[in-house]
Amino acid sequence: MNIVSRAVHWFGLSSSWTGVDGIPNRVGEHLYYSGLSLLIAALIALPLGLFVGHTGRGAFLAVNSAGAARSLPTVGLVGLTVVVFGIGLTPTLLPLVALAIPPILVNTYAGVRQVDGQLRDAANGMGMKGWQVLFQVELPVALPLIILGLRTAAVQIVSTATIAAYVGLGGLGRYIFDGLARREYEVMVGGAVLSVLLALGTEALFVGIQRLIVSPGVRQRALAK
Amino acid sequence: MTWDWRWSWISDHYDLLGDLLGQHLYLSVLPVLFGLLIALPLGILCVQVPRLYAPVLALTSIFYALPSLALFVVLIDYTGFTGWTVIVPLTIYTLSVLVRNVVDGLRSVPEAVSQAATAMGFTGVRRILQVDLPVAIPVVIAGLRVATVSNISLVSVGSLIGISGLGQLFVDGIQRSFITPIIVGIVLTVVLAVLADAVLVGLQWLLTPWTRTQKSAKPIPEGVTA
Repeated sequence: MNIVSRAVHWFGLSSSWTGVDGIPNRVGEHLYYSGLSLLIAALIALPLGLFVGHTGRGAFLAVNSAGAARSLPTVGLVGLTVVVFGIGLTPTLLPLVALAIPPILVNTYAGVRQVDGQLRDAANGMGMKGWQVLFQVELPVALPLIILGLRTAAVQIVSTATIAAYVGLGGLGRYIFDGLARREYEVMVGGAVLSVLLALGTEALFVGIQRLIVSPGVRQRALAK
Repeated sequence: MTWDWRWSWISDHYDLLGDLLGQHLYLSVLPVLFGLLIALPLGILCVQVPRLYAPVLALTSIFYALPSLALFVVLIDYTGFTGWTVIVPLTIYTLSVLVRNVVDGLRSVPEAVSQAATAMGFTGVRRILQVDLPVAIPVVIAGLRVATVSNISLVSVGSLIGISGLGQLFVDGIQRSFITPIIVGIVLTVVLAVLADAVLVGLQWLLTPWTRTQKSAKPIPEGVTA
């Protein structure tokens, strides 16, 4: 039997769908780690990106630290936090948060930065103050790029959260590492397929969010370019 | 808290570190070369036949979203526990980043340059290879830098399923709760990424002498990812 049909067989077993090691529970765990990491990363990177973009202060640092962060090996960070803090949820979320901050930060910064200077002037001319310019003009115009940053971060988190299972956490990576340990290759492939689907679903979700919340005027501007 | 940290471990394992560094470099650079070899003709094709670009872009961005660990696992059945298990997915990632940059680069060639080239008798593929592509080099290299650095970081993931490279140090450190190899591995990975990045910057400097003699070339837009 080839690997595809073996994996299909695994998906068909009722035992694959129940209990702690069942697909619904593992998907739930995976989404929980991913969602929590994205939330923390967004709470840090969004305000920072808006600040850096709006004031122009610290731009050099923001862009370069983001570039440097890309080279940090996540597996190494997971290992480091586990050896230093022990096994647990918080230390394992740390590398995921670290992974997600750069794309959100850089895209938020770049989005605000690239807002047409004339728009800013017009807003100032209408009597808007700094905060109002930021939230009523710069933010809506920068939204497509900001959402792209969140989407990149979310997809990377969902992809990388599989690694958390290596140090004992749950999530879809469990199938990959338990399957590897027990030489149950169909379980590994099943877990891999599920994590691919989850990543693609995340991508689709953010494309949908973008359709919903980006103002039609801004969308047309983006298209016209 | 005290962590198990030994300087002596480093000097005892120079040979191992050298081997792992070499394997890591091989596994991350080869995919960049393969990716470039595929992305260049594909990008040129997309510029020539604009109808193709939207579906190609959609496909590459889907590929980019695939988790590396999942791809490695699925490939094991076909490639075994060899370097190819890592090289194939990383080539796909490189391709995802580069096709967009090749097309953007070619399209960013100023109209005046294209017209001048046409007036001088350059047409079709020859104009693309000898005029447009050189002008696009900064944008293509910007993509190569992103791909190279993230490849160097991603090779480590392969070690979780038994493919060698600096990630071996992380696996070793986690299994023995021994912090030295983990820190050495992180430092070596980052240093490797910084050096590879510097090599590409140098390459761009060598390949675009005209940007230093006149102020005609546009700077690369900085910091926009994916």
